[in-house]
Amino acid sequence: MDIHYSPEQLAFRDEVREFLKQELPADIAQKVKLVKELSKQDHERWQKILSKRGWYAPGWPVEHGGTTWGPIEKHIFDEESAAYGAPRLVPFGVNMVAPVIIKFGNEEQKATYLPRILDGTDWWCQGYSEPGAGSDLASLKTRAVRDGDHYIVNGQKTWTTLGQHANWIFCLVRTDPEAQQQRGISFLLIDMATPGITVRPIITLDGDHEVNEIFFDDVKVPVENLVGEENKGWTCAKYLLTHERTGLAGIGASKAALSNLKRIASKQQKNGKPLIQDAMFRSQIAEIEMSLMAAEMSTLRIVAAASEGGVPGAESSILKVQGTEIRQTITHLMRKALGPYALPFLPEEMELDYDGELLVGDYAASPASQYFNMRKLSIFGGSNEIQKNIVSKMILEL
Amino acid sequence: MDFKLTEEQQMLQETAERLVRDVYDFESRSKFSESEAGFSTAFWQQMGELGLTAIPFAEELGGFGGSGIETMLIMEQLGRGICLEPYMESVILAGGLIAQLGSDAQKEALMGDIASGQLQAAVALDELNSHYDLANVTTTAKQQGSDWTLTGRKGVVIGGQTAGKILVSARTGGDTRDEQGISLFLIDPTAAGVSRRVYATVDGRKACELFLDNAKGELLGEAGKAFDAIRYQSGRAIAALCAEAVGAMRSSCDLTLEYLKTRKQFGVPIGKFQVLQHRMVDMISELERATSMATLAACLADDEDSAERSAKLAAAKFVVNRAATSVAEQSIQLHGGIAMTWEYSGAHYAKRLVMISHQFGDDDYHLEAYSAQLTGA
Repeated sequence: MDIHYSPEQLAFRDEVREFLKQELPADIAQKVKLVKELSKQDHERWQKILSKRGWYAPGWPVEHGGTTWGPIEKHIFDEESAAYGAPRLVPFGVNMVAPVIIKFGNEEQKATYLPRILDGTDWWCQGYSEPGAGSDLASLKTRAVRDGDHYIVNGQKTWTTLGQHANWIFCLVRTDPEAQQQRGISFLLIDMATPGITVRPIITLDGDHEVNEIFFDDVKVPVENLVGEENKGWTCAKYLLTHERTGLAGIGASKAALSNLKRIASKQQKNGKPLIQDAMFRSQIAEIEMSLMAAEMSTLRIVAAASEGGVPGAESSILKVQGTEIRQTITHLMRKALGPYALPFLPEEMELDYDGELLVGDYAASPASQYFNMRKLSIFGGSNEIQKNIVSKMILEL
Repeated sequence: MDFKLTEEQQMLQETAERLVRDVYDFESRSKFSESEAGFSTAFWQQMGELGLTAIPFAEELGGFGGSGIETMLIMEQLGRGICLEPYMESVILAGGLIAQLGSDAQKEALMGDIASGQLQAAVALDELNSHYDLANVTTTAKQQGSDWTLTGRKGVVIGGQTAGKILVSARTGGDTRDEQGISLFLIDPTAAGVSRRVYATVDGRKACELFLDNAKGELLGEAGKAFDAIRYQSGRAIAALCAEAVGAMRSSCDLTLEYLKTRKQFGVPIGKFQVLQHRMVDMISELERATSMATLAACLADDEDSAERSAKLAAAKFVVNRAATSVAEQSIQLHGGIAMTWEYSGAHYAKRLVMISHQFGDDDYHLEAYSAQLTGA
């Protein structure tokens, strides 16, 4: 047993670092570090740089534009990217619909959609949750009725992250209302420009517009947009959910947030000294740093097992719970670090082009908003209660 | 010992409850929050007409001689509606400070208007680097003849955006963190040398940053000796905030329980799942704990100043801060996505509950204060 990277892995890490140093635009990294909102263009710019280097879709098979990286290389890449302030990739195209198309799609679908994801032509969003189908995803009601060469789709999706930017959406729809819950569901690709689609923003409690509701009113979708077999969409959904969950621990993002927390605590004062010198506050930072260390080791153990050919199972559910709780605690401490200055709500100071006077400093506008925004982590991607159900069923067989 | 309310207290509770219920539906609150004042001036006026703003003051000051219990009853109802009016800031704190420190002439000039609600006052104690320590004051006041002028910056002055008068702590002697040498001044926010940056707060209220540049101030009480009164009155503010938190927690628990009974997943109301039942039980258990400590704080708030009073008020705020944050977080988790939205009232209860711990000391601050007094044992 050896927790050190091999010389080859270290060389790879250096290569990644060199690439990030050379290619990651400073303005984008700055925004990520100050937790400012990234524009669609920012995401697209970074995506193009990665694509040019052949690193935008490392998890894909090489013939479709992927890499030969194993899980450890992918992990190194993610860690370094987060450390340098690279934006987290918007996963819906490259890491969500693409793996499904690669696994379940036909050749024509692969040839049509994969290159357009790789070159940034398409921005995908996810049509899973519905107002009545959250944790119980299989109770979804959006209907797709076959009509000749088309499906006619009616219904409503919700919590669609960054749907306002998307030109395509992948949806779980009900094609057989008679079948048992999971059985009558299909996986459909829908062009957002199709008549009958309405996108309505949802403003979250921190005043942000990140998620949307999407309404489908007699939307005509060509049958060739069905991925896999009709009524077998749940297989795709399950495959995708395990894909999603492994990335949900967010270790890299938590590390970046932790260094942000330390920065805030070194700038804020308590009793005439920087807050980070306060024994009580410092011990709380230490505590979360140690929890993060444990979660990182757990990630590495899972990654290593995966590189030996193992399949991440319910362990990734445990990591999702731990990782999201860690991130939430970090933002809780950030908010606390500000003292009375957690109260001011300064969305204008979080905007990209704000050049007015800062009330406190460049680190102080967003912590309270982040704290509230991060409450979503234990709700989405399968709530933490659902993750625990998975663990008790799959590992404990209860 | 007696935990029963008197008939008068029950009437007061019902009055406040009815007023909040009639005026403060969630849609109205959103409108008040977005208005320029940041709260309902009409509601404020109604509170004055009903005598709620006069409750805590002695009869000779135009009040009804109410105690911490009466204040608790009002604040709890304001919490139930997450009301935005600066009642604690103007009536409890500013009114309390003027009543304690003011000269007869100052009381004559101000107390009647504060008690009637005609005058809405604010209090500026925090500073950029004070981190809840009210003795950490860098704003200075200088005397020239009988006039005082103030220079410095005070932070997060809730209600300062509309206040007719602002009470400002400033240093007239001693070092930055000394309790000695702190004085209290009345300033006119529209006077020369005073500027404000007004902003919204995370919990939907409004506040301002107060910049003073040789601004004229009127001394309240004796120069350099205001700290005892500031500590004493901030204790009353703490008791009021604890009561407000209890009201908001109660509403948050009600909303969450209702949701558990009506939201269906997997074919049953989600309240059928034991893991969620236990979370809900934890929420009302926190509410019980907070209610007890808010009651303790209310009973002690108007007692004579003592180390024991200060310690128990710190304990109350510590317990309530933790309970309020826990209820806020649990309520969001139990609701799921819907509680993450601006449109849902539950999200705004959660925000207020968390932000209460950022006024007059968070859990760390009060844990430290409580621990410090154990040293002698």
